[in-house]
Amino acid sequence: MRGDQGTDPKDAPPAEGGALLAVENLRVSFGSGGSRVDAVRGVGFTLRARECLAVVGESGSGKSVTARALLGLAGPGSSVAAGRLELEGEDLTRAGDRRWRELRGRRIGMVLQDALSSLDPVRTVGAEIGETLRNHRTVPRQARQDRVVSLLKRVHVPDPGLRARQYPHQLSGGLRQRALIASAVAADPAVLIADEPTTALDVTVQAQILDLLTAMKAAGTAVLLISHDLSVVARFADRIAVMYQGAFVEEGPAEDVLGSPAHPYTRRLLAAVPGVRRRGARLAPSEPGGDLAGITTACGYAPRCPLAEARCREHVPPLVAIGPAHGARCWRTDDEEPAQTLDTAVTGRGRRDEAVIEVSGLTKAFRGPDRRHRPAVEGVSLTVHAGETLGVVGESGSGKSTLAALVMGLLEPDDGSVRFLGEPWSRVPEPSRRSRRGRIQLVHQDPLASFDPRYTVERIVGEALGSPGRRAVRRRRDQITELLHRVGLDPALLTRHPRELSGGQRQRVAIARALAPGPDAIVCDEPVSALDVSVQAQILDLFVDLRDELDVALLFISHDLGVIHHISDRVIVMREAVVVEAGPVEQIFRDPRHDYTRSLLAAVPRPEARTDTTPTH
Amino acid sequence: MTAARWLVRRLLLTVVVMLGAATVAFAGLQLTPGDPARVILGSTTPSPEQVEQVRHELAFDRPVPVQYGLFIGRLAKGDLGRSYQLREPVGALIGDQAWSSALLALTGFATALTAATVLAVATAGRRPALRRLSMGLELIAISTPGFWVGALLLTFFAFRWHLFPVAGGSGPEALVLPSATLALGLVGVYAQVMREGMERALDEPFVLTARARGGGETSVRLRHALRHALIPLITISGWSVGALLSGAVVVETIFSRQGIGRVMAAAIASRDLPVVTGVILLSALAFSLINMAVDGLYRIVDPRLRESAL
Repeated sequence: MRGDQGTDPKDAPPAEGGALLAVENLRVSFGSGGSRVDAVRGVGFTLRARECLAVVGESGSGKSVTARALLGLAGPGSSVAAGRLELEGEDLTRAGDRRWRELRGRRIGMVLQDALSSLDPVRTVGAEIGETLRNHRTVPRQARQDRVVSLLKRVHVPDPGLRARQYPHQLSGGLRQRALIASAVAADPAVLIADEPTTALDVTVQAQILDLLTAMKAAGTAVLLISHDLSVVARFADRIAVMYQGAFVEEGPAEDVLGSPAHPYTRRLLAAVPGVRRRGARLAPSEPGGDLAGITTACGYAPRCPLAEARCREHVPPLVAIGPAHGARCWRTDDEEPAQTLDTAVTGRGRRDEAVIEVSGLTKAFRGPDRRHRPAVEGVSLTVHAGETLGVVGESGSGKSTLAALVMGLLEPDDGSVRFLGEPWSRVPEPSRRSRRGRIQLVHQDPLASFDPRYTVERIVGEALGSPGRRAVRRRRDQITELLHRVGLDPALLTRHPRELSGGQRQRVAIARALAPGPDAIVCDEPVSALDVSVQAQILDLFVDLRDELDVALLFISHDLGVIHHISDRVIVMREAVVVEAGPVEQIFRDPRHDYTRSLLAAVPRPEARTDTTPTH
Repeated sequence: MTAARWLVRRLLLTVVVMLGAATVAFAGLQLTPGDPARVILGSTTPSPEQVEQVRHELAFDRPVPVQYGLFIGRLAKGDLGRSYQLREPVGALIGDQAWSSALLALTGFATALTAATVLAVATAGRRPALRRLSMGLELIAISTPGFWVGALLLTFFAFRWHLFPVAGGSGPEALVLPSATLALGLVGVYAQVMREGMERALDEPFVLTARARGGGETSVRLRHALRHALIPLITISGWSVGALLSGAVVVETIFSRQGIGRVMAAAIASRDLPVVTGVILLSALAFSLINMAVDGLYRIVDPRLRESAL
């Protein structure tokens, strides 16, 4: 499983200054010869007790591989080498398989993203937590069950005795994540590695999980937090390392990295976070562009960097000290980026003043497993005008997606009505709706699942132009190319299949498909939730541009308040099937009336608002 | 849905399936050319009076719906009728043979399952050389016909080395070669299905988590991956055990064993229709019960299925 560890086993002294984990020049690569991929290229850091180091980067930057290599679990076909890899003074570069197994879970624990797939679905939560105790024999067998319950209690799971007997799918996302954390810390490891521990969670649940991790840190655990989201990290990390293409490009105390970022990539990541300050500005400045894959440069970021010079493409930049314990691998840390001016006026709300979607008193109930009817949407009324974005925000289970299906005319309401372009849209026979179907379009969270995997990009977009069949699609190539151009895709992608595209490219294809019939309204159901912050920024910019150019009405559903704030003109807040608050975006965010809205806003992590919120545990 | 409700519902469904099988068997009887009375009376040319008497005794002279009613009525009481050839009650005749068939099918299945589990756990996602060798042998085992394997086993283990009896016998040693023959046909399919299921499970994040807890390779495979590989295996074993119970004719013939398969073949050849009907009903019952067991096993192996409806 593990590759060859340790090319340079030197007799290291005991860890200095209480460092629990010390890493120098960690390198991980996959494959060999021509197909060799260097995933981690010389990473080094130290981690002390009661300290959190956050590693931030976009997907593919090597942060998860780094985390796994620290557990000796880099995966099949990997080769790991480190100048130094010490856990509590023990040299791990020379550890054998047996020693690694003794350490995992006992001295160093790991929590992964998405507890639903990270806990074995066919075993009870208690069995999963108990497994750590069983592997390391920390408690006698008879006491194991009691320890499991007390561990669940420690991570604040209510009714721990019952929860221990349940299966992961019977728990809510937040409870599952807590149970996963309990299984990772069951044998009291000194170091906890958390790989995107809050990414799939609602904001309030996310805040609770971060509080739990904060309490563990205060109790003495050293935490290595991996995330793509700077705003999550801001709340919790003591130090931040920004990772790009397998190397740390900037590292320093959290305040310094967030407050005065030195590396152009860090600045871009910060700028990409949609939030209160950034409203009306572009999130993703245009890049020099070009084919990134073909260029090999000394500084990995040079092809995307607006400040790149000749030397950036020839030599690896040295680590430049910026402040105490704050450094960046860049020559141009002092230079500001050229200011990006807005090329379109973003404030174009209700220009045509024409109501595209009118919903009044909409109600829909579903029968639950206990055969009781539960409303998914109850008495919802809203109007979306041309060229306007109505944001729908709420946590999972609040009825947002049911609302989307009702507005799309994919579900019939139990009560209330939907009107589209001034004519009845709900409760009319499908044939009378069919001619108008193309004028309201849907963009999903997961574009991959909404594409036929056997179709090419050309055919996916072409079918939406209203001419099914391979030959008809070919005749429309000009139109298809123009649509791809409009969403910022290279026409060279026409012959690709969805699997061969990146997440951002897929979502662009989904948007091109939605635009193909010339819609008056687009319903967007969590369209950016599955994307990295930097890609999310580009897609949000694209939505704003398209709305303003085409005067299309957007019904934009998201659980992310930052996203909603950035893109919406008006907002409705949903909770348990009902709208608890509605109004213009500035009013909702500046002066929320409803307690629920206030609690949502309070839970939002913001990079710019880093305060000392260390809970008193 | 609770487990009890589920069970009652499945049992009722089984009754419906049996009724359907009985009806099909009855229709088959009616459509078969030739007079059953003459079959019963044997090869000697019977007088018309004799034929008429037999027809009357067996109610063949009544209208078809009445015959159907009588037939179903007898079945409901558990009476399968008498064999035309052997003049014995069909129930007793099949019962003896069914036990022998079931024993063979179950030992064959258990052997195949054990071997496949060992192969899958040992080679899924590791030991590339052994994995390739195992896959090659599995392919050979799948594509080799049972009669040839049986003949080979007989040649070496019975005739040449005298380790096992050549034919017949009732002790456990008589069971070894036939069940090995059956198992060889199944082990390839089982091992491939299991290996694929395990390799898929080993890629899941929960396996990484289990390793991060300090689990050893064997315990990760047995505690986590194996259970996920069982789900496709249960599907395929339900089908194959059912097929074994009712149709191990080839193996039974080669090893001169008693069994349902041979009874069926003989009954069809001699138009012994009550016996054919009995075997059809027994197979239907076996398949129904096995399917029920399969669905029940899914619910035990995967708790997520317990909450969904039938």
